[in-house]
Amino acid sequence: MKRQLWLMVNSVIVLTCLLGIWKLLVVLLKLPKYMLPSPELVGGAIVDRFQALLAAFFLTSETAAIGLAASIVVGVGIALIFAQWRGLRRLLFPYTILLQTVPIVAIAPLIVMWAGNGAHSVAIVTFIICLAPIIANTTQGLISVDENLIDLFLMHKATPVQILFKLRLPHAMPNLFVGIRVSAGIAVIGAITGELFTSSSRVGQGGLGYSILYASNQMETDYLFALVVAATVLGFSFFFIGMFLEWYFLHNWHESSRSEIPE
Amino acid sequence: MVERVDSKMLLPREAIDASGQRLPEIVLHGVSKQFRNGALALQNVSMRLEKGEFVSLLGPSGCGKSTLLRLVSGLTPLSSGSIAVNGITPVNARELMSFIFQDATLLPWRTVEHNVGLGLELEHAARPMAKDKVAQMLELVGLTHVAQRYPRQLSGGMKMRVSIARALVNRPRILLLDEPFAALDEMTRDRLNEELLRLYLEQHWTVMFVTHSVAEAVFLSRRIVILAPHPGRIAHVVPVDLPWPRTVETRLTNAYEQQVALVSRMLRSVQAAESTVEGTEGGGR
Repeated sequence: MKRQLWLMVNSVIVLTCLLGIWKLLVVLLKLPKYMLPSPELVGGAIVDRFQALLAAFFLTSETAAIGLAASIVVGVGIALIFAQWRGLRRLLFPYTILLQTVPIVAIAPLIVMWAGNGAHSVAIVTFIICLAPIIANTTQGLISVDENLIDLFLMHKATPVQILFKLRLPHAMPNLFVGIRVSAGIAVIGAITGELFTSSSRVGQGGLGYSILYASNQMETDYLFALVVAATVLGFSFFFIGMFLEWYFLHNWHESSRSEIPE
Repeated sequence: MVERVDSKMLLPREAIDASGQRLPEIVLHGVSKQFRNGALALQNVSMRLEKGEFVSLLGPSGCGKSTLLRLVSGLTPLSSGSIAVNGITPVNARELMSFIFQDATLLPWRTVEHNVGLGLELEHAARPMAKDKVAQMLELVGLTHVAQRYPRQLSGGMKMRVSIARALVNRPRILLLDEPFAALDEMTRDRLNEELLRLYLEQHWTVMFVTHSVAEAVFLSRRIVILAPHPGRIAHVVPVDLPWPRTVETRLTNAYEQQVALVSRMLRSVQAAESTVEGTEGGGR
């Protein structure tokens, strides 16, 4: 308890120092506010345009969540197929790595071109960027089951479906959550990248990505900074929700998730 | 509550004859097993487990004792020869058999209770009946108080007892145990051995028990089969003439110590013969 308090005090001190250095830079170098707005200007932008920020925040979080959820469902489905059919896995698994290495900024305009303007394209971009970690981690968990446990199930005349859903899938849960944690972090990046390539139907009303584009075009650097703060908060929230779900589902039985969230 | 057989009814076989129950027997005839890489794990093994008999398989590592057990369970297919479990093939006789592994092999995401009920669940037993049976088994191994706990909260000995309860819940007639207590400390192992024998006298299984420990084999078995390696084959069959029921006191008797000494000598002679063979092979110019 005392230690945690000390830790909190420390991080507040670090934050204050960083803000101080920032302010000092602005004052000493006499930077114009479109190059680097001072911290209080950014704070002002956050307060003044809170409504717009909040709207953008929720729009982006919604599409990111939909893309992430879809990637979990589809990714687990693909992993289950990979676990069941080894030949198929050997044939197709390398392509999931390809999926991971292809730069999302390169394919985002393609997707917008094919699927059209709108939130659904953003969700698709998010889905694509989130899919590979889910597939890779879940497959790994599904196929790394102890041989003795499979023998145990066979001695009870378990069917392949029973082995898959009563043994492999629960065994893969910790791996699945590692995948979700990774994907939750990049889901927000995917959504913002997607939004950079889709235009909004109404001016000033779009997700964070769209607003970032708008603010940079208008040279509203203070608002741009406010958007960066919002995007960071969003990314962190996703990551934290992923961690909380992992703790919630696994803390009873799995060591790795026991100590992550302190009491 | 599980009925306890009066411990005066010493020999399971007699108890069975009295109640007219038929117990399965295991017959191995000319069994060989060659692995895909060409290694000959077992060559021409023939043996017969009488109904209600407790037989231990003992031998140096690489003698194929675990393989033999897996062949009887049907988990590993034979290369040649035949195995009959209660007159049918091992795979068909699976519902008569339970296999207990070296590790407790519990499912970490299930509570003790749900681990024990696994077999019933896989075989689609009705829920209330299953719950009843699970409770009975937990009582049998003295774990009722940890029914709701998860495996990671248990000691090694307790995990093994859960594993035993899980194996017993389907009322097997044959138990196959593959070095079940090897990873436990000696005191826990001794206590579990005594519990296993108590259950054996109550439930009249036919048991095949693979172990590294001579003391354990002597304490538990009616017969000990000593295997020799390269290729795995039967070297000696030693009957254990110790009175039943065997308890903590049994380990203190002279007869027990003499048996242990005898079996140890035989095991050592098998190992010695092996090392001479290896020695001549290695020394051949």
